[in-house]
Order: sequence, then C-alpha cells, then structure tokens
Amino acid sequence: MATTTMTMAKALNEGLRRAMEKNKKVLLMGEDIGKLGGVFRITDGLQKDFGEDRVIDAPLAESAIVGTAVGLAIRGYRTVVEIQFDGFVYPAFDQIVSQVAKLHKRSDGVYNMGLVIRLPFQGGIGAIEHHSESPEAYFAQTAGLRVVSCSNANDAYWMIQQSIEHDDPIIFCEPMSRYWEKGEVDLDNAPQGLFDAAVRREGSDVTVVGYGASLKTILRAAATAEGEGVSLEVIDARSLAPLDLDTMITSVQKTGRLIAVQESPHTASVGSEIVAELSERCFYSLRAPGIRVSGYHVPYPPTRLEEDYRPTVDRILDAVDRVMGF
Amino acid sequence: MIEEELVQLLSPEGERVTQADYESTLSGDEIFSFYRDMVIIRRICNEGTSLQRQGQLALWAPIQGQEAAQIGAGRALGPMDFTFPTYREHGIAWCRGIPPVDWFRLFRAVSNGGWDPQKYRHSVPTVVLGNQALNAVGYAMGVQRDGAEEAVVAFFGDGASSQGDVLESFVWAATFNAPVVFFLQNNQWAISEPSSLQAKIPLYHRAQGFGFPGVRVDGNDVLAVYEVTKRALEHARVGGGPTLIEAFTYRMGAHTTSDDPTRYRVDAEVEVWKHRDPVERVKALLVHEYKVKKTALAEVTAEADAMALQLREDVLAMDPPDPITMFDHAYAAPHPLIDEGRSEMIEMGISGGSH
Repeated sequence: MATTTMTMAKALNEGLRRAMEKNKKVLLMGEDIGKLGGVFRITDGLQKDFGEDRVIDAPLAESAIVGTAVGLAIRGYRTVVEIQFDGFVYPAFDQIVSQVAKLHKRSDGVYNMGLVIRLPFQGGIGAIEHHSESPEAYFAQTAGLRVVSCSNANDAYWMIQQSIEHDDPIIFCEPMSRYWEKGEVDLDNAPQGLFDAAVRREGSDVTVVGYGASLKTILRAAATAEGEGVSLEVIDARSLAPLDLDTMITSVQKTGRLIAVQESPHTASVGSEIVAELSERCFYSLRAPGIRVSGYHVPYPPTRLEEDYRPTVDRILDAVDRVMGF
Repeated sequence: MIEEELVQLLSPEGERVTQADYESTLSGDEIFSFYRDMVIIRRICNEGTSLQRQGQLALWAPIQGQEAAQIGAGRALGPMDFTFPTYREHGIAWCRGIPPVDWFRLFRAVSNGGWDPQKYRHSVPTVVLGNQALNAVGYAMGVQRDGAEEAVVAFFGDGASSQGDVLESFVWAATFNAPVVFFLQNNQWAISEPSSLQAKIPLYHRAQGFGFPGVRVDGNDVLAVYEVTKRALEHARVGGGPTLIEAFTYRMGAHTTSDDPTRYRVDAEVEVWKHRDPVERVKALLVHEYKVKKTALAEVTAEADAMALQLREDVLAMDPPDPITMFDHAYAAPHPLIDEGRSEMIEMGISGGSH
C-alpha cells in the first residue's frame, strides 16, 4: 500500500491530475487557474502539463464559467469548475439551479450533467468580506445536485476523483482553512464511497456530526470531553446531500444524543436537516433533543471577529453539557 | 436610417432587392419549400393559440410575424450544427425535424422538455432568459476541442439581450473564438417593454464592442435571413468565430396567451408591420416571378390545415404521465430521496393508476 504525506491542497492537485490522465474529456476551468495555479494553487502545474485547452483560464464571470461548463457537458466533456471563493458563487447561482440541476431531467436523461463545481468554503483564513461563507445549504436543497465536502487530505484526493467520475453534478466544498494541513494519502485505494459518512472517533455518550473545517474542531472537543469523562462519537458527514443517514442512525441509536456542527447559520441548514431526519428516525433512541452548533444568524463578521462566530471547542462542549444534562 | 442598415433581398411587396454583400442562392423550388414551411408553422402556431383558449394548453407562445426569421435560420443549418432555443423557436424545431406534437408537451404541461435533444441536435427549451447563450458557447468550445467543423446557434430575443448571461456569452465567444452564431430575433417587444428600453443603439452594434461582427437582417425576409445565417454558420465552422445576427422582425401576436398587447402598443404600429408580412411577400414573389399557380398555394394551405387538425388530435390525446415518472432522471445515479419518494407514492396508491 503506497501512502504518502501531503497537504490537502496538494492532494486535490494530485487527484485532479490523476483524473485528467485517466479521462481526456476532463477539463478544468476557472479564474487564475492556469499560470498562477489558482489563488490557492490547487491547479498548480496542471496547465503546463495538460495545455491551455484542458486547463482553461476563464474571463471573470462566474455565471459564464458554469454556463459554458453546462454546454461542454452536453458535448460530452467533464468540466471541473473552480469558483475562486464561496462568496463569488452567487453570480453562477442561476446557471447552477436552473440548468446544471435540471437539464438531465429536462432532457429525459439524455444529457449527462456530470460536472464538478469546486467551492472553497467556510472561514478561518482571516480574509476580507465574501471570502469565508458557507453556502452549502442553498445547493443541498436543490433537487438534481449533490453536495460533498472533504475534511482531510486522503478524502480530498479520492473524493475529487470520485466526484469527477460521477454522473450527477456535484458541488464540491473545500474547507480553505484546511488546505495547508498535511495528512496521509493512500494512493491505491479509496477509503469509501463518495456519499458515505465516516466515523472519525468512536464514542458512547454523544454523536457529533460535522463536515469540512469543523471536523478538526469537533475532534479537539472530543479529546477535551474525554478528559471530563464524556465520550463523543465524531462523524464526518462527507456527503451533505444526500446525507448518509444509516451511519448517523447507527451512532445515535448507540449514544442517544445528537449535535450537528456547522459554520453556516442554523436556519434551513444542513445541520437542521440532520437533526430533523434523526429526530424522525431515532425518536425512541434520543435521550435529549438534537441541537445545532452553528454560525450566528448574521452576515459573516469581519474576520477579526470570526473565531467568535465559528463553532469553537467551547461552544461544542457547551452543547455537550446541554444534551448530557437534559 | 434603420432601413438602410438592413440586409434585405426581398421587399415587403415581394420584389427582389439588390445587395452589395449578399445575393439569394435559392431556386424557385427551394423558395416554394420555404413558403410551405412558413405557412405550416403559422397554421400550427395559430392552432396552439386556439388550443390554449379552449383550455387544452397551460400556455402558448405564438410565433406569428417571425416565420421568416425562424425558417430562414432553420433552413440554413447544417445537419451537424447544434441549436439552443428559447421557448418560442417552433420554426427552428420544425426545421430540425422535431414532430410538432413534441413542441406542445411543455405547453400542455406534461413535460419540461419534449424531445431528444441529441437526436435532433436541438436542445430543450430554455425558459430562463439568456441561460442558453452560455450553454451554446460552452457547447461550441467542445466542438472546437473535438476539431469538428460544426456550428452552434444560440437563439434569444431583444429582451434577453439585456441579460448578463447573454453579454457574458459574447465575452466568452470572442475570447475563445467559439464557433457560435448568436441569432437575436428583435421582435420589438419583450412582453410590454419596447426594444428601446433594452438598447439605445441598434442591437447588432453591440457585437462590435465585444470584438466580432454583427449584422442586421430584415427578419421578415426569408431569403435574406437564409443567406446571412448560412454565411455566419460557415464562418463559424471554419474557425472564423462568432457572429451576432439581429433579425429585425415583429411579434404580430401576444407575447404568450397570458398577454394582452392592447394595453401597451398601438394598432397603427401593428398595421405598419402587417404590410411587411413575411409569408405574403414570399407568396408575391412565387406568384409573380415563378408563376406559381393558386392551386399549388391552396395545396399548401390544405396541407397545413390537415397538419393542424392532426396536431389537435395528438395534443388532446396527450395525457399527463404517471406521477411516478417525476422521479425518473431527476438524478443519473441512485439517490436515497428518490427511492424514498417513489416508495411513498406507491404506498399511497398515487402511482400506477392503482388509486
């Protein structure tokens, strides 16, 4: 088994490279992704190796980046689109919701809408406004789309390849604050299916589900809780739409308590969906109401304040106290 | 001023017009077949309006006045060219060989598409204004990468010309020299808004600012539309890049059957355009220059009537599909919520006529 250590950014880069080697129809398109390699260097060196026809530096218009990827999909290409930052996806919202999500249906299955929209998301990088948002729920609610998020290098390497191979359009959420964190990558075997959740830490008292950048925070909270005698089971949702409910149900049936963690606000969020689904499916297993630890219902704050906005270890532990004391 | 800018090969009276840049290459037989196409789609579209008025369609978007623009463009297409329509491109659908009944599935509200877009090389209707212009350019970028000599056409109107997607598609097409033709039917009205609200310059002038040629053609002159479109398609196929064609025409009827144009435009304007009717001028040419007999013209009318009758029967027989089909093709791969929805529908006895 060949494993190697690399950052999540490099793992995405290597995953994209492997997908492009495997399938000549795979194209990359986005702003600054060519010579510069993207503002986060995720596509570093790919234009040099695969040429300008396959790694396309796009003019600055997100609706067009996605809208032309739709046309390329109709023509039989698989385009991996890079949206530079979360807060810049909104100009493309119309194309994503009106065309990307619906054209397979509208063409009675004739059009293959296999394309990937890479979306750097969540906060924690000290950026200015519009560079730290969590828009995943907008897409999770849209029928026709699938939404996934990686939380570590190995998942990044495999999930990007699995997303490219998948025949439905995928919103691929990448936690920017974890781009530079290193992890072991298994170059031979995918860890699991693209839409499967993963139990990152086994525990017996409380199930804590999160995704993306939140995972690291949750695992730190679990270590602290252990010292206080509370055992957290940590689940990386990985797929936000659809949710892998089976893995979550099995866990909640064991622990009887549920916390969903996310950086987006509560209302109509992925965390809301997790809590609602598990309340419905595990009602008699639950010993306390499922609760959410989220960003507040305010526009993402100036980032000097972001650590008071994003779920912290303290806020997760406070939630643990609440479900334990219910 | 505007009249001088128009490419026109046939006057409203049906007389040949000499142009420096274009001449008609069509034979009398071909012109007659264009005439036949125009008569048939006008008749079928009028049937659409009747069907809606009789409660048989949710909506209908009539085409009257724009027959020359669509038949001229549609007949210029090569078999491998690919087209991206709005919801009003019935004439293009006709030229692509799509059975008329299929155009009506969307308007009967039994489908959100209606035909196999790859088979006919004509995409499904786009209702969100301008989205398809970007999709067309993307498709054209794929054609480029395949090294194919094919052209792509994006259809849209004067209203959609204000959409960001259309303007972004101009940028993309120019930057990547995409083999695409933008076919803009300026029918003067976007529901109640005149084209003067969308643009302070002739719309085809916009192309120049984006770095590719634009041409305004008399959209009620099928000979001119055909030649202008044919040349733009050929230009695209051989790597010449995009062209914007503004077919200057007029929507004689309502925007859709939900619209009431008497609230926003005057009869006098409609009267002016009646004298520029696209079908009448070809008929005049056929009668005067080619000595086409009244009986031949009457045969076309009878054929169109028969087709409209057949269409009516087909539309009335068009039942809503089994509700469970709403889950088909929502996703390409298995999805738990689709399975869940299907199961619920079956358990509730909603599907399969078992209720």
